[in-house]
Amino acid sequence: MNMDTTTDIVLLGLAVFGILIAFTIAGEGMRARLPRGESNPVVEAFVMRVHTWWGLAILLTLALLLGRIGIILLFAFASFAALREFLTFARKRRADHLPLALGCFVILPLQYVFVALDWTALFTVFIPVYAFLLLPIVSALRGDATNFMGRVAETQWGLMICVFCISHVPALLTYDMPDGSDRSILLIVFLAMVVQLGDVFEYYAGRRFGRRKIAPDLSPKTVEGMVAGVFAAALIGAVLSWVTPFGVLGAAAMAALSFIVGMFGSLVFAAIKRDKGVKDWSHLIPGQGGLLDQLDSVIFAAPIFYHVTQLVWS
Amino acid sequence: MSDLASLPRRIAARAVGHALAFVARFITAVRADWRGIEPVAKQRVYYANHVSNGDMPMIWTVLPGHMRRQTRPVAAADYWLKNRLRAFVGPEVFNCVLIDRRPEAREEDPMAKINQALSEGSSLIIFPEGNRNMTDDPLLPFRAGLYNMGRAHPEVDLVPTWVANLNEIMPKGEIIPLPLICTVTFGAPIHVAEGEDKDTFLKRAADALVALAPEGRYELTSPEGRYELASPEGRDQSAPPEKRDPDQGAPAP
Repeated sequence: MNMDTTTDIVLLGLAVFGILIAFTIAGEGMRARLPRGESNPVVEAFVMRVHTWWGLAILLTLALLLGRIGIILLFAFASFAALREFLTFARKRRADHLPLALGCFVILPLQYVFVALDWTALFTVFIPVYAFLLLPIVSALRGDATNFMGRVAETQWGLMICVFCISHVPALLTYDMPDGSDRSILLIVFLAMVVQLGDVFEYYAGRRFGRRKIAPDLSPKTVEGMVAGVFAAALIGAVLSWVTPFGVLGAAAMAALSFIVGMFGSLVFAAIKRDKGVKDWSHLIPGQGGLLDQLDSVIFAAPIFYHVTQLVWS
Repeated sequence: MSDLASLPRRIAARAVGHALAFVARFITAVRADWRGIEPVAKQRVYYANHVSNGDMPMIWTVLPGHMRRQTRPVAAADYWLKNRLRAFVGPEVFNCVLIDRRPEAREEDPMAKINQALSEGSSLIIFPEGNRNMTDDPLLPFRAGLYNMGRAHPEVDLVPTWVANLNEIMPKGEIIPLPLICTVTFGAPIHVAEGEDKDTFLKRAADALVALAPEGRYELTSPEGRYELASPEGRDQSAPPEKRDPDQGAPAP
């Protein structure tokens, strides 16, 4: 990796750690103001989340410094953990055992191999075409027609969002920067930061000022929270425009777009969880539920961000 | 001297144990839910549901190290002595109490071996159904062993331990485990009450175990003690109830 790129990763890492230090101090401050021996569940939840963000930020920074391989391995594992959570609640029967095992142990690794090899033409169709046609054939060979459509649809959608969508984050590495540098790795930081920080603003602004709910039966998300999130994401995007080829306005627009898609993605996941009757996907990440609870907005934002980047700024 | 000679084997057994626990965690992200007990080193008999060869390693994996070293799974000798690899993994890695299931070939009384392990202070993992449960019922009728242990060692806690989801992770006949989330739930301990007879106790023990199923949908539907899904809206919503072999779910005479 180029020295400049490495320096920029370190700078961005330090900036993120700065924000986290501020959050940590704020959390400890709120704790200290409480009467001795008492604890407030909202404060405790916030402190626990900040701890988890520390872990995730350190992990992502290390992977970025390792370069391509680090990023691809990190997201391949994220896909695996996300698929594990999704399939736990998906409809399935004995006849689906082999196709599901193929999905987890063959199709998932192959998708990341194609991303690593930069075989764009293959990785964009591998799951939606080849896997989608092959896996139902394997299921059908076992001769169990019970709820066949439902089983096939649920497990395939799991592959689509947990493997296909998530693999678009490391696929940003294949984007050729207009100036020929290797800085495309920084687009991953850009996407992760605008979506995650937008989420934080949306969540806390929504709790404070939110009145009108977007989908009252599904989620506490409000119009006010969404507006605050869009502005926050656009602002963060503009501030980070120096790592992108988009320019200041372009970066703000890309950030706002990613945030909006991500927020609606999060709403879709809320609907799935409501349907399955679960509150969290798993207990993998302390204070945040499962990996899918953490990644839901990035999952939806990633393919859109990837394609708009390729189409508009190539 | 023999201690020194066996040292490499013991180290190898430790290493294999850690490797197996790592694989179990990697595949299933297995997690303990300490609902009725604390993870402390008390002498206990963990009695669990049995649907796959994976259940025992799952329970073993979620026990903290200091409890794991004190805990011995009770397992079938004919399975674990079948070849040299199993004979290493079963007795040495898991430190199993091996019992012979075939009365005709038996040299030792299995209950005597179990009681000896309990007298030595070990905790045990047992599967009181005796066999892997292949039916749609959540549990097969319990064998008498659990009752006998509770009578002979009233000071030992009998802890219901529900292993969730393994029938989907590794159904019988499949070799590749699916990566799905597994949870091991430990319930509140039970003991054989003063003057309680075998059948009453075993039914109480089974009830305590089934109550831990995260599906939470099982209820007693027949006086003979058969459990069924309380509502068909489970994970497999539109699946019709599968045909059940009338003999399999019936209570033991």
